[in-house]
Amino acid sequence: MAVDKFPVEASHIMMFARSVADDNPIYHDAAHAADTEVGHIIAPPTFAQSSAQFDPDYFLRPKVGQDWFGSGKEPTGIRKKESSGGGGGGGGGGLHAEQHFEYHRHLKPGDVLSVTVKPGKTWEKEGKRSGKLVFSETVTEYRDQDGELVVTARGVGVRTERPVDQ
Amino acid sequence: MALKANELKVGDTYTERLVEDLKRTQIVMYAGASGDYNPVHTDELFTKEVAGYPSVFAHGMLTMGMTGKMLTNYVGDGRLTKYGVRFTNQVWPGDDLDATATVESIEDDIVNLKVETTNQDGKVVLSGYAAARVDA
Repeated sequence: MAVDKFPVEASHIMMFARSVADDNPIYHDAAHAADTEVGHIIAPPTFAQSSAQFDPDYFLRPKVGQDWFGSGKEPTGIRKKESSGGGGGGGGGGLHAEQHFEYHRHLKPGDVLSVTVKPGKTWEKEGKRSGKLVFSETVTEYRDQDGELVVTARGVGVRTERPVDQ
Repeated sequence: MALKANELKVGDTYTERLVEDLKRTQIVMYAGASGDYNPVHTDELFTKEVAGYPSVFAHGMLTMGMTGKMLTNYVGDGRLTKYGVRFTNQVWPGDDLDATATVESIEDDIVNLKVETTNQDGKVVLSGYAAARVDA
């Protein structure tokens, strides 16, 4: 997954801040932001993750003309193959195990980022609540319009043998 | 707004309630804003009948995002230099979440924090760290 162009926009930042229940005016009020130490609107700390919106192939977004695994008439739009149940624990996407961000500077409206993703380590573990766990790591670098590295992210996903026991 | 190194002590804590009775609509908002439309977060029918979970559940990144609000309220806007977490338990609609930052060390102009978010049963749902620039 790579994203050539992730335009950081004020309205997206506002919606993202609302979605994490953060009403801090630095995320939506330019006049307020101008009076802060930062001096302008910035994006909340986990905003970079929404680069998924700009990945044309992102697999967790329904696409025109393609089957989608969520429900419609039936509980899933994908015809069952050999296995039943969820597999994968997250029903297709696996589960998110870890996420790490390093901020070289904070994102602001007007930035146009390019995003590169490199696969990292993979490892396995036996889990008590979900059977065999397969972990895989990715390192994502967000660079701005000047080619400067602005955010480095490391994510770890996990696929479980069965849904996690509750 | 910003923290001052000489006013911080190892062991200082800051706690905020992130959410009470987490609503499915909040999870839908996060799906829409982040672009992660995995149906396990918004599609009850799929999640129960296909994925095998008792109900939809929050994106880990929603919990990390909400916990980030506690952090930025504590350290100030634009001050975070690092923030990383492990998702240790799922977060469900109806959950109440509280997040705490604990000062682990202070080095010159950086404070290192331990970060933990727990649910109404005291179960840790997110466990991690953050670092932020502080004033001298």
